[in-house]
Amino acid sequence: MDANIISPKVMPVQEMDVYTDTRDYLAPAREDARKMGFADWFICDIDAHHLETVHWHEVIEHIEDPVVRHQAMTYQKERFGAPPYGLNGDLGLRYQDVGGRIPHQSGQREKVEEGDVHRDVVLTRRAMEAMCIDKMVVFPTPMLFLGMHPQVEMEVLLTRAYNRWLTERVTPGDDGIGALALLPFNSPEDACRTVEDFADKPGVIGFTVTSTRYKPVHANEYMRLYRMIEETGKPIAFHAGYHWQDPSLATCNSFLGMHALGFAWCNIVHMTNWILNGIPERFPNLKSVWIESGLAWVPFVMQRLDDQYLMRMSEAPLLKQMPSDYMRQNCWYTCQPMEKSSEVGLKATFEMINAKTQLLYASDWPHFDFDAPRVIAEIDWLDEEAKRNILGMNSARCFGFEPKLKWK
Amino acid sequence: MPTIRVSQVSEIEDGGKIVIEADGEQIGIFRIGDDFYAWKNRCPHQGGPICQGRIFNKVIEVLDADLKSRGRDYDEESTHIVCPWHGLEFDIRTGQFAGASDVKIMALDGYPTQVQDGDVYVII
Repeated sequence: MDANIISPKVMPVQEMDVYTDTRDYLAPAREDARKMGFADWFICDIDAHHLETVHWHEVIEHIEDPVVRHQAMTYQKERFGAPPYGLNGDLGLRYQDVGGRIPHQSGQREKVEEGDVHRDVVLTRRAMEAMCIDKMVVFPTPMLFLGMHPQVEMEVLLTRAYNRWLTERVTPGDDGIGALALLPFNSPEDACRTVEDFADKPGVIGFTVTSTRYKPVHANEYMRLYRMIEETGKPIAFHAGYHWQDPSLATCNSFLGMHALGFAWCNIVHMTNWILNGIPERFPNLKSVWIESGLAWVPFVMQRLDDQYLMRMSEAPLLKQMPSDYMRQNCWYTCQPMEKSSEVGLKATFEMINAKTQLLYASDWPHFDFDAPRVIAEIDWLDEEAKRNILGMNSARCFGFEPKLKWK
Repeated sequence: MPTIRVSQVSEIEDGGKIVIEADGEQIGIFRIGDDFYAWKNRCPHQGGPICQGRIFNKVIEVLDADLKSRGRDYDEESTHIVCPWHGLEFDIRTGQFAGASDVKIMALDGYPTQVQDGDVYVII
């Protein structure tokens, strides 16, 4: 043994758990950000999440129907151990953390000092700072399943309450936090009211359809909604989800299989109807953003629709271009969870979707399959301009906001 | 260039066609009004016998002022020949694939036609 024996420093965090501080959890991402100089890059995360049910007692105070609000508040106060009032979260939510293996998916019980801003603002800022993200759009989690709620009026009341809570309590807390107001899509009239009432609220940069639902997106009753959204200049987003009780997905005996297919399937169906019914022809300035389905499904749908359209054009008479042309020009895609196992496949996908202009970075933090910004930055066959576009500038252009550097 | 005398004008009705074989080539001759169009009997998609397919007018979708769909209709001004193999539709006047009209996907190979003294000719 020589004299150069080094004494180790024992790491302060020996095992990550649900109490671990986000900044400790994401320390490697912060180190990557430092090495890669991300402070000089505008990085926008179009899809991160918070767990709205942690603050459900606050959300339900914003329910506008006094009777339902009273019921909800009584329930939250008195029903010990019961799930949040009014929600219909899917069975699969219980499996997301892989049996406790991925604690940040299980919960974020880290300490947050009481302060001027909401706890969710603090948690979001911690993630932004760690990953050097300048703008982060937050979505709810169990509410993504509201499209399957048997009571349409409950979808209306709860999405409205959430939108109000979010834009009153969370987004005003930091101008780097953005939101895509939830549309109660099963009630087109109320969805239009959402656009009227929330388009100009703090932090609202667009509107979300939670994709887990069985309403056809091309139904006539949505045309007014699309026109209204187009007139705001803000995009409409389709945030994917799963539905394990869907008869075909119910044959999957693992969350892995059900999730892999389910998160793509809902958007595959909606995209097919969106394109073949000529929504981009009817509303050429309406930008659609397809969120959290990964990317591999896009070339699949492009090729399937192009191939079939050639033989059955009379069934899609509004099209003036090939289906894939609309998907490449009128649609934007978030990358997460980006399928990286095949470089050949990923490269072809980037080319087919015109990633340099249409691809938007998304982390999905704190969910189990989140992607840190390095997933884009470390692609060696992308030039720097493309990386900067995907990591932030494409979002700034698509959503129409100033690319302000927060961490420089 | 060989010239084929196809038929008398009156033998091809308006909106109709005749498919011939001459000099080793199969050709469809289509009549729309007083105009005649000649296309090779090979679909550019997979080589199907396009000219032996059926003729359909173009299908359009009717939108109201609110951009709601009010069903489908035929465009009487636009006539397609439909390949009997896979259903690809081509505009009889231009030979272009009739869908995705803003982009040129594929087209039929054609020949010039001529009408002289009441007879229809194709120059191949």
